[in-house]
Amino acid sequence: MTMPFYVPPEQQMKDRAEFARKGISRGRSLVACQYLDGILFVAENPSNTLRKISEIYDRIAFAGVGKYNEFDQLRQAGVRAADLKGYQYARDDVDARSLANQYAQMMGHIFTHDQKPLEVEILVAEIGYLASEDRLFHILYDGTVMDESKFSVLGGDADPISERMVTSFTEGANLSVALKACAQSLSGPDKTLTADDLEVAVIERAGNRRCFRRIEAIETTSLMG
Amino acid sequence: MSMPYFTPSQDPGANFQELLSRVGLVPRTVQGQSIIDIPHATTCVAVTYQDGVVMAGDRRATAGNLISHRDMEKVVQADTFSGVGIAGAAGPAMEMIKLFQLQLEHYEKMEGQQLSLEGKANQLSTMVRANLPSAMQGLGVVPIFGGFEPRQAKGRLWDYDMTGGRYEEREFVAIGSGSLHAGTVIKIGWRAQMTKSDAVSLVCRALWEAADADSATGGPDVMRGIYPIVAAISQDGWVPVQDDELAQVFESIIAQVRTR
Repeated sequence: MTMPFYVPPEQQMKDRAEFARKGISRGRSLVACQYLDGILFVAENPSNTLRKISEIYDRIAFAGVGKYNEFDQLRQAGVRAADLKGYQYARDDVDARSLANQYAQMMGHIFTHDQKPLEVEILVAEIGYLASEDRLFHILYDGTVMDESKFSVLGGDADPISERMVTSFTEGANLSVALKACAQSLSGPDKTLTADDLEVAVIERAGNRRCFRRIEAIETTSLMG
Repeated sequence: MSMPYFTPSQDPGANFQELLSRVGLVPRTVQGQSIIDIPHATTCVAVTYQDGVVMAGDRRATAGNLISHRDMEKVVQADTFSGVGIAGAAGPAMEMIKLFQLQLEHYEKMEGQQLSLEGKANQLSTMVRANLPSAMQGLGVVPIFGGFEPRQAKGRLWDYDMTGGRYEEREFVAIGSGSLHAGTVIKIGWRAQMTKSDAVSLVCRALWEAADADSATGGPDVMRGIYPIVAAISQDGWVPVQDDELAQVFESIIAQVRTR
């Protein structure tokens, strides 16, 4: 029988983190930000059917970058957790903070215990009844949760995109202005993203019950024009 | 509560009821005597008209010979383009409606697209079938389902029996204790390609006659301002008819009855 080599835990964690980061950086990035009427999500996504942004509950949306099958499984788990909680208690009891904690637990567990960590970063966003109650929970592959404000950038190129976002983001901007800011930040100096390259969705504060709405390419084009 | 995460072989897919049973949230069925003195919800009707479907239901729930509720909502919106009306034991009926609404939303979110109208009707049939053991103990629930079919641009209607049997109807449906009277009124008054206001008047008249002859069906309660739930489903989605409009409809019915 051969003895497995001893790998110190520090090294093990470092290797896993590096593996996850590499996987994530292969995918395209995503930006979410507050705007006048809610929260806007803009993702670089050439596919019109494999979504990165989706609805979780009445006022909560999910966005993921990295490996599609992995974040889609997380999305489904989130929809299930939310629907079960709303069924057992009340619709108002479903909140992003609790979901983000559950995600963090699960992703942290997978990071340390499973064969390989998840190669994803996710965002759980919730609109409050006031802009000051909006929530952006950014969760990393190892279960780290970050409670962000104003905007959130996910993906491999997060740093340069964040820098551009700092300069282009304005508080209380309308949808068109916010969308342009996000698209420009995602594009950067080397490339220009058009409406066809983007997946856009919003959660609207004034929405009836289910506040999530996809913005299709035609509307995106006119908003960016 | 931990996050529900399943292996591929255990995954319940977009089925919310299956998910409930996986996480142990399905109530156990009770064995024994039939229970009769629990609230029952009664008459619901639905008719097709030129733009879709009009659904209506009275507001009364009865327990034995007593009125247990005066403002029940037995006709509710299921999703954007469909509605469901329900008769039978009120508790299981309301639970079924809640589960049905949730199932449609759950499916839409999980799969990223809505079920077809036929799929929704079939889903409801499965739920009625699952209630059969309770139905045998006197907790029967019978729904009607109506919706707007965007591809054919018309309204469609289904009724069910307690075993989950599902029957599509072309003209109208009436269920519950007052269904004989309500159904007869509609049968006589129904015309192809009715306008919305004609359809609304017809279902109101049907409920009026049902309430007049059946003690378990409630008529318009003018004193308390409680009117039946009436809603139209068309390409504009689910649009409830407002109480002041219903008040006028019933006033004209009363005027007709007075002069006959």
